[in-house]
Amino acid sequence: MPEQPPEQRVKNFKEVPFGYTEELAKIESQRCLFCKKPLCIAGCPVEIDIPGFIKLIAEGDYIGAAKKLKETNSLPAVCGRVCPQEDQCEKVCILSKKYEPVAIGNLERFAADYEREAGEIEIPKIEKSTGKKVAIVGSGPAGLTVAGDLIKMGHQVTVFEALHKAGGVLVYGIPEFRLPKAIVQSEVDYLAKLGVEFKTSYVVGMLQTIDDLFASGYHAIFIGTGAGLPNFMKIPGENLNGIYSANEYLTRSNLMKAYSFPENDTPIFSGKNVAVLGGGNTAMDSVRTALRLGADNAYIVYRRSRTEMPARKDEIHHAEQEGVKFDFLTAPIKFHGTEDGWLKSMECIQMKLGEPDESGRRRPVPVEGSNYIMDVDTVIVAIGNSSNPLVPKTTPGLDINKWGNITADPETGQTSRRGVFAGGDIVTGGATVILAAGAGKKAARAIDAYLKTL
Amino acid sequence: MEKAKPGQFVILRIDEPGERIPMSIADLDKKNGILTIVFQEVGKSTAQLGSLKEGDSLADVVGPLGTPTHIEKYGNCVCVGGGIGIAPIHPVAKALKEVGNQVTSIIGARNKELLIMEEESRASCDNLIISTDDGSYGFHGFVTQVLAGILEKGEKVDFVFSVGPVLMMRALARVTLPYKVRTIISLNPIMVDGTGMCGACRVTVGNQTKFACVDGPDFDAHLVDFEELLKRQRMYLKEEKVAMDNFISKMDQSAHHHQSHKPS
Repeated sequence: MPEQPPEQRVKNFKEVPFGYTEELAKIESQRCLFCKKPLCIAGCPVEIDIPGFIKLIAEGDYIGAAKKLKETNSLPAVCGRVCPQEDQCEKVCILSKKYEPVAIGNLERFAADYEREAGEIEIPKIEKSTGKKVAIVGSGPAGLTVAGDLIKMGHQVTVFEALHKAGGVLVYGIPEFRLPKAIVQSEVDYLAKLGVEFKTSYVVGMLQTIDDLFASGYHAIFIGTGAGLPNFMKIPGENLNGIYSANEYLTRSNLMKAYSFPENDTPIFSGKNVAVLGGGNTAMDSVRTALRLGADNAYIVYRRSRTEMPARKDEIHHAEQEGVKFDFLTAPIKFHGTEDGWLKSMECIQMKLGEPDESGRRRPVPVEGSNYIMDVDTVIVAIGNSSNPLVPKTTPGLDINKWGNITADPETGQTSRRGVFAGGDIVTGGATVILAAGAGKKAARAIDAYLKTL
Repeated sequence: MEKAKPGQFVILRIDEPGERIPMSIADLDKKNGILTIVFQEVGKSTAQLGSLKEGDSLADVVGPLGTPTHIEKYGNCVCVGGGIGIAPIHPVAKALKEVGNQVTSIIGARNKELLIMEEESRASCDNLIISTDDGSYGFHGFVTQVLAGILEKGEKVDFVFSVGPVLMMRALARVTLPYKVRTIISLNPIMVDGTGMCGACRVTVGNQTKFACVDGPDFDAHLVDFEELLKRQRMYLKEEKVAMDNFISKMDQSAHHHQSHKPS
């Protein structure tokens, strides 16, 4: 796919790939073998009819392709950009045995973008009002999916969002250069047009509890509050100035638009030598943001090796192209600071891979005496999130596991509380947009079934 | 905001490019839906907030946030408010009094001009003591000296609650420590989301990292790492100055612009 050249894009926050032209989309779509028994559909967490939509693109019916996508995926423009296709649909594509798999993600993006840019987004059929009210807590990918599905089924839907803008991780977490905020906004606007009510700056757990929402007339509640509690390394010096959680760093830059300080009021400190701890998508987003905020040297410091990195292939590739340096098998053990409390350097230790751990990946073990000092002025900790306790803490009878995640049936999202469903990162711990959307899809079905029993 | 309790805060944004500004709740009239916040113009955002006129609106306000101040019958309580910190101690003093505590409030400012909420503070406690750094009103000296005097006299103090500049709260912790008086302070570190999502507000309390927005803002004064807190609060000094200078020059320009259009 054509994209901004690395030396140009590291100086701006604009989206990196330009997306397919009609011509490119057609050529790519014609590579699909339209298998009789397509493996790709089973590889998709929301079971998109992949050959079906690709066929429509091949026939030049791009709007039809977008509609086909939306039958099962409420957020195709988002998923086409941020899904780990190489681990899902594209991984099992029959072509991938000998050649490159069909670029399903790129085609999904093309169809969704085409529909949006054509301004032909049609309002789908909405079932007759059931008179049932559903509250959705959190407006990330899980919540938006549930909202979209339930409103079409004729239920009344209100989405509560703690921040001042709807979209959850799609607005505070994923940077503009990977997912333009205008796209997220158009998804939210679309849902609002269908009749979904959005209440932003509304912290469920503080302003109203789950029980208050039931008392005020909601018949069912979906909790999709995400994995909003950043993990830190818990090593000495971690509270020095210049050390951020990825959540804070990205929220300042994305949601608060600190990259355009002082036009926007929120400041960000992003130095010349930046180390990002972790190997996931959040780490890649952070390190590439650091480059765009003016870093001379931006490092990924990861305690395992390249093959264990959980980030999307594309993100790693883009980061490399942009000049990010990767320090594998490296773990920080201590931060050193200046007199006035600023980060000066990071002490690291070399690791080697030992026996596989419970995740099946080889466990990194420190190499004695291999300590060395890295001069850095900014560190971004991107080693995952735990679940935010605000809702579980204020909801009696809602079971959580030892990591603080809400216990929910993976097929229905049903929690230990009647009428309360949950899905996305608050249930699974930090995962992906599409898994959250998939969980939302299942929960919407289960909520609809539950509402019919009332 | 019906659920708001003493010790909690809100986060507001003035306009679309605005930052998220945490503000203590100074008073809440639940019947009429009036939330009172008190602020001092120290930077761009507060200066801009101060420039708003009656009838203007904010982009958004979210709250209540934070864990409410724990209120119980301790016996003799002293609430100490320094400068702008006088505002948030007011609802706490009121709540402590309501459950039957004997409440003394010590409020202080640099000078008489800067002293706020004297009448409200008097109404929310049993005994109000005022101090000013320059002696222009009340006791000549710091609020911490007033508290030290009370403790030195051997008066029974069971609980101290305080809000003020970090240096004042550090001094206060040193005053009450030898007397082993339970001392709770409300911190106002830099925050972004205010729901525990980002960790900007992390503060070391008893050698553990806490998030002030959800674990606090109240903490045991004798366990807070004040040195770290002071340094973290200075993180954006440079940017704060840039934003302020920018704001002032914009204001000057618009004032100039208005002048040039005045009919002669």
